[in-house]
Amino acid sequence: MQYFPFIVVVWILGVGLYGVVTSRHLIHQIICLIVVQSSTYVLLLGVGYVTGAVAPYFYDVPLHTPAVDPIVQALALTDVVVEAAVTALLLAFAIQAHKKFGTLDPAELASLKG
Amino acid sequence: MTPTQRRWIFLAGAAGLIAFYLWGLSGLPGFGHYPGPYGFIINRIAVGQTNATGVVSTVNFDYRGFDTVGEEFILFAAAAGVATVLRRLRHEREQSATDEAAGRDVPATSGAVRMVALLFTGPVVVMGWWLASHAQTNPSGGFQGGVVLATAFVLIYLSGEFLVFKKFSPVDLTDVVEAVGAGGFAAIGVSAVAMGLPYLTDFLPLGTVPGAVSSSGTIALISFFVGLEVAAAFILIIGELLEQTLLIRQGAS
Repeated sequence: MQYFPFIVVVWILGVGLYGVVTSRHLIHQIICLIVVQSSTYVLLLGVGYVTGAVAPYFYDVPLHTPAVDPIVQALALTDVVVEAAVTALLLAFAIQAHKKFGTLDPAELASLKG
Repeated sequence: MTPTQRRWIFLAGAAGLIAFYLWGLSGLPGFGHYPGPYGFIINRIAVGQTNATGVVSTVNFDYRGFDTVGEEFILFAAAAGVATVLRRLRHEREQSATDEAAGRDVPATSGAVRMVALLFTGPVVVMGWWLASHAQTNPSGGFQGGVVLATAFVLIYLSGEFLVFKKFSPVDLTDVVEAVGAGGFAAIGVSAVAMGLPYLTDFLPLGTVPGAVSSSGTIALISFFVGLEVAAAFILIIGELLEQTLLIRQGAS
């Protein structure tokens, strides 16, 4: 069980990638990409976890209580922001693609000439 | 390439990925055995150095504040990008559903949705504000608070209609707020340079009580500016997406 969270990471990554590869709809594909990115949250938080430690907030626990790594948690925050930015842009592109070509199927989009 | 071929190529690639991943995993310390030392060092010294009890915020807005400036500008650039991609094109016109089919009524929002949205707007604003202003004490900060604040405007949209949303968040004003938020963060860093300190040094008084709202110097101030920037950026992005669906039609007016 010691590596269980890291197995979850690769499972989420694989499921998301499978969705990206086989998707027949751009919006669905974007959501699959979000799933891929979610695996990185689990990885980051899993890497920094310390058994039995508290969250790195010392408001109501005494100083020097063992706490988990705050750096990876800060990185997870960055990760979320980047995901939001990427998702917003991709959705905007999907809207324009639908307007221009009248379809959101990646296979049909690929066979169109811009 | 047919879908079947693509699936086989993916499966071959995934098998390779999993093999390498498991190989890499065997060299990692197990879950719950974080080897340190950086996280432990920061946990030990952060409260003493900044008087902020939220160490994740201290890392974000102080120790790696320079990265967070970049992170904030990623969001800034994304909002600008969405606005550019979704601008009204030459062969399009802006027209609301009511103008489009004057004879037909737009189905009204149900009373339950309006009620819930109105009930939640106030508490959501308070919660967003609280989150944005308590980065130094609790698990909160400008990024989280900003997103929650933007949610309040989405609730306004749900309880009324798109034009009410627009009235509450005029694009010009939201643009200014976003610019102030993004610029404020950078300006705090530059002020430190003007005082002869390294960029983004925490130069404000740190307060005396660790975890007090007034403690932690620039960390609280930066979190506030980030909150403004994030809220405005999300309002702009959501507004652009809604406008695209609700107002912009094909064909010149």
